Amino acid sequence: MNNILVLLESNKNSLKRVSLELITAAKSLSANNSAKIHGLLINADASNAAISAEYGLENVIVAKTGNAEYSSTANASVVAQVAKNINADVLLFAANSAGLEVAPRVAVKLSAGYIADCTALTVDNNQIMAKKPVYAGKALITTSVKTETKIFSLRPNVFTAQKADTVAQNVTEFTPVLSAADFSSKVVSLMKNEGKLDVLEADVVVSGGRGIKGPEHYHLIENLASALKGATGASRAVVDAGWRPHSEQVGQTGKTVSPTLYVACGISGAVQHLAGMSGSKTIVAINKDKDAPILKVCDYALVGDMFTILPILTEKIFEVTNK
Amino acid sequence: MNILVCISRVPDTATKVIIGSDGKSIDPKGVKYILNPYDELALEEALRLREKNGGNVTAITVGTAEATETLRNALAMGADNAVLVKGDEPADSYSVAVNLADYAKKMNPDVIFLGKQSVDFDSLQLPSMLAEILGLPSISVVSKLTIDGTNVSAERDIEGGKEVVSTTLPCVISAQKGLNDPRYPKLPDIMKAKKKPIEEIASNNLDARTVVHKMEIPLKERKAKILGDSVQDIEMLVTLLHEDAKVI
Ligand SMILES: Cc1cc2nc3c(=O)[nH]c(=O)nc-3n(C[C@H](O)[C@H](O)[C@H](O)COP(=O)(O)OP(=O)(O)OC[C@H]3O[C@@H](n4cnc5c(N)ncnc54)[C@H](O)[C@@H]3O)c2cc1C
Ligand SMILES: Nc1ncnc2c1ncn2[C@@H]1O[C@H](COP(=O)(O)O)[C@@H](O)[C@H]1O
Repeated sequence: MNNILVLLESNKNSLKRVSLELITAAKSLSANNSAKIHGLLINADASNAAISAEYGLENVIVAKTGNAEYSSTANASVVAQVAKNINADVLLFAANSAGLEVAPRVAVKLSAGYIADCTALTVDNNQIMAKKPVYAGKALITTSVKTETKIFSLRPNVFTAQKADTVAQNVTEFTPVLSAADFSSKVVSLMKNEGKLDVLEADVVVSGGRGIKGPEHYHLIENLASALKGATGASRAVVDAGWRPHSEQVGQTGKTVSPTLYVACGISGAVQHLAGMSGSKTIVAINKDKDAPILKVCDYALVGDMFTILPILTEKIFEVTNK
Repeated sequence: MNILVCISRVPDTATKVIIGSDGKSIDPKGVKYILNPYDELALEEALRLREKNGGNVTAITVGTAEATETLRNALAMGADNAVLVKGDEPADSYSVAVNLADYAKKMNPDVIFLGKQSVDFDSLQLPSMLAEILGLPSISVVSKLTIDGTNVSAERDIEGGKEVVSTTLPCVISAQKGLNDPRYPKLPDIMKAKKKPIEEIASNNLDARTVVHKMEIPLKERKAKILGDSVQDIEMLVTLLHEDAKVI
């Protein structure tokens, strides 16, 4: 390992948390060798990366595509050009909507092997071993890349970003060579779920299942989520019934979340649901059926009627969080 | 409009995973295999485009002879042709992508559909990888697609919202839930599909770029502390979350 390239993503005027997680992961890969870590920021100012100095990132490369519209193909070209320029032999991406589109293209351009959605990276005998969930988290594989250049994308929220000794940052600019073909697809507009936290980005997720009986009761879930400053999720039963949008579905055919706290309210715990949340740090279940499968995979459970439990729980949590 | 749909054969999502004797893969005994749920969405979208614009839909899979059954499912849903790129279990995603690309180069489809991920290895890379090999644009995790002439506009799910991406044909699209409701094949179609020919091509086995060393069942010790529904129990939960788990 000589040069590790990390694709950074900016968020307003700073970096996304996942980018800091990638930096920490890169630092741990380079702990026993002298690999240099380079952070690449595309179409954003170096000042957006300033915070990464506190996480020990010394080298920041800034590249502009010359086009304000986001294009995954153009970004893939930029990453590949930078990687060649600095002789990167390890590349790290976030396994999020942007990273998952860009990384496979970079892998083709650099003739590199690529493993997506890793939840652990370790160095064993100079070889990087990646763990990644398969079968929707029902199993875990340990895998490695055989090619000289190795690419990994890391699942957000799993690697913890750790502050390091603050370093002086060395910023360089890179001018990519791009043609019209690099912009063959582009983002023309963005629709944000205004003011709503996404289950993928939240530290706490409170999900409702069929037990909620109808969309008119969802405020019980929303209130608890807001007491916990978390996002609301849903089981497929609730999404299929049209009570909640698919963007909130947690599970094998929804989103895979790994928050610090997951609260399942009126959710039975079907394997397909568990597949999407079993990586959560702490799981709480609220269910009236003491035999529901979810109770076998949770840390804490309240067995009873959620219609009476939720308002009291929300109030008690407010008492703690407002202190 | 000529459409290629890449499909994969995966264990039923309700399968209990048991690690096989090699310690690297699952024990296939008793496992029911299905057409990858995201690929059903991909195929459904292809069928709707054909119904609107004419043309034909080819379903393709890279795999062992057992994948024939999965191609039959695709034919029953309404695919016109089925192609099995037959060989050993593919070495890795790159190898699958190259085999798919080889066929796509011969066929020159207007659109290539895939699922957003295969629910077995969750490799999460084929659509963009295939597009890059072919030098085509791609839009992944698409939940709404509009094709007007050669203009393509797609909504794709991103963290905290959606983005609208535009491109032109030919292109690669990967399907996300919400794109459509896949049809259920009717019995006569299932019967007819049994008699349809399946084109077989020998796969080009490339060297693997990635290797699996071990597969294990993740063990996470859960506390499983079960409380009741009294106010004291609820208070106890809040205390436990605050002081023991330290998550609030
Ligand atoms: C291919 C495939 C993919 C799938 N993907 C997903 C997926 O991504 N995500 C997903 O969630 N599911 C998925 N499923 C569906 C899954 O199998 C279950 O059907 C679904 O998760 C059930 O949702 P539920 O737990 O909300 O409903 P139910 O199973 O009906 O459970 C409702 C629960 O609420 C409890 N309850 C009822 N009333 C109350 C009350 N007043 N107070 C407290 N508790 C109460 C009940 O005891 C019960 O445990 C998939 C299925 C298939 C076949
Ligand atoms: N062996 C295969 N043959 C053909 N298509 C495949 C194969 N494996 C995966 N795919 C397609 O690629 C998509 C994404 O898979 P993956 O990148 O493996 O998660 C799937 O939804 C399928 O459409």
